[in-house]
Amino acid sequence: MQDDKIIITLSGQDKIGIVAKLTTALAEYKVNIEDIKQTIMQGYFVMFLLGSIADSEYSFKEIKEGLLKVGEELSMEIWVQKKEIFDNMHNI
Amino acid sequence: MKFINSESILETINMIKVQHLDIRTVTLALSLRDCCDSDVKAAGKKIYDKILKYASRLVDCANEIEEAYSIPIINKRIAVTPISLVGESCDRYDYVYLAKILDKAAEAVGVNFIGGYGALVEKGCTKGDTALIESIPEALSQTKYICSSVNLASSKAGINMDAVYKMGQIVKKTAELTADADGIGAAKLVCFCNAPGDNPFMAGAFHGIGEPECALNVGISGPGVVSAAIESLPSGASFDDLANKIKQTAYKITTTGELIGREMAEKLDIPFGVIDLSLAPTPAEGDSVAGIFQAMGLEHTGAHGTTAALAMLNDAVKKGGIMASSHVGGLSGAFIPVSEDAGMIEAVSKGYLSFDKLEAMTSVCSVGLDMIAIPGDTPVDTISGIIADEMAIGMINKKTTAVRVIPVPGKKVGDRAVYGGLLGEAPVMNVNHLSSAGFIRRGGRIPAPVHSLNN
Repeated sequence: MQDDKIIITLSGQDKIGIVAKLTTALAEYKVNIEDIKQTIMQGYFVMFLLGSIADSEYSFKEIKEGLLKVGEELSMEIWVQKKEIFDNMHNI
Repeated sequence: MKFINSESILETINMIKVQHLDIRTVTLALSLRDCCDSDVKAAGKKIYDKILKYASRLVDCANEIEEAYSIPIINKRIAVTPISLVGESCDRYDYVYLAKILDKAAEAVGVNFIGGYGALVEKGCTKGDTALIESIPEALSQTKYICSSVNLASSKAGINMDAVYKMGQIVKKTAELTADADGIGAAKLVCFCNAPGDNPFMAGAFHGIGEPECALNVGISGPGVVSAAIESLPSGASFDDLANKIKQTAYKITTTGELIGREMAEKLDIPFGVIDLSLAPTPAEGDSVAGIFQAMGLEHTGAHGTTAALAMLNDAVKKGGIMASSHVGGLSGAFIPVSEDAGMIEAVSKGYLSFDKLEAMTSVCSVGLDMIAIPGDTPVDTISGIIADEMAIGMINKKTTAVRVIPVPGKKVGDRAVYGGLLGEAPVMNVNHLSSAGFIRRGGRIPAPVHSLNN
């Protein structure tokens, strides 16, 4: 289901354990990771993650709240959005 | 996008976070034609119950979708059938009572505004229309959420000059009754020519007579996104490139509105209406239509060339947006309100932008003279003259035009009227001091124009 895909964008100061902490949380929320990309932009670590929440018993809202907390703990900015917004905007 | 396209993701996030891309309004348009009753109290009850039935989930739904896509949905609103029609069957006209009912319903469902307290009188007024128009000052001064609009002219019918004269008085009286808040009542009152019945933007939203039972209309925004896109072009890029860039950007902005609109409509189980692909500025830094003119290369809004820049912008926005949506409607184009746009406020404050230049710009913008503060002692005939001019531009050019001027009680040219929030603040502008009275008070109608021999 298209509706079940989410895009997570994490950015901020690079440090040890970012990926570990985020993916641990995703495993707890039963979010399946389908693709990951990471890069350094203007000195900042930026990570993109495509996940599926189809098998999760948590709602999108609960997952988003949990991940925002992870972002806070890492002192990083985190965006959690349903994927359609990108599909619609960047494809004709 | 099957896999991650990091550039697209960053572009979208940047649009929302830095360039103020937002959904300006989700507006539930609702017919109240079945709420007529000979007893005004019974009509009021039907109105209240119907609004609560259809709109009670509107705000929660909008909040859920805002959360899902992390895109702000700024306003949640309701537009209803012009109330003159709904209240006309009552044995005793009491439109202010109906206004209070609408206000109570708006508060109960938690929307920002409810529009449609108005009448369509381009060719003449019925008894109900006259009673409603007379009640506007009282209704707007005694309610919080009501917006009012009156259609005074059309390209088919001409201009109802009796109503134009009347509305000059109504605008002034409305401002006076809300003098303690710089005449804010007049900021919620619009005079239209060729008013569209599916416009989601206030203060002019109403549910047109040919519209379905209900629909969800979405107004999008994003002047900051357009400014940033233009700035990303090499300096000196040609108009061809400029127009293409604006179209591409409008396309992207509109897709988001379409997505949100369709999803909201589905959740509310009502039909999706239209996208109004407007560039609606806010007083926030970087969210300005005036900023787009500067990005295009004008020193500031008001410079010669501003009308051309606006014409191109308005047209390119429509061309780009149309392809991204199945149904485009409303006002669609670029708004040029003064008080709601930091760049316009600056241009007026510095004396770059005159009332007359604004009027010229309205011949190519999406609506008209919008949120302009004028001196409180401006004669009624002059206000009616302003309205008449604007109606004429719309009538002849077959476009929607509108007037939302605020004669700020007790304030003079150079003073400031402060409304706060999205309504912003406006420097009081000078208007022509010559009398319009002999012309305005003739009475009757300006006949509909010939639609050939165009020149």
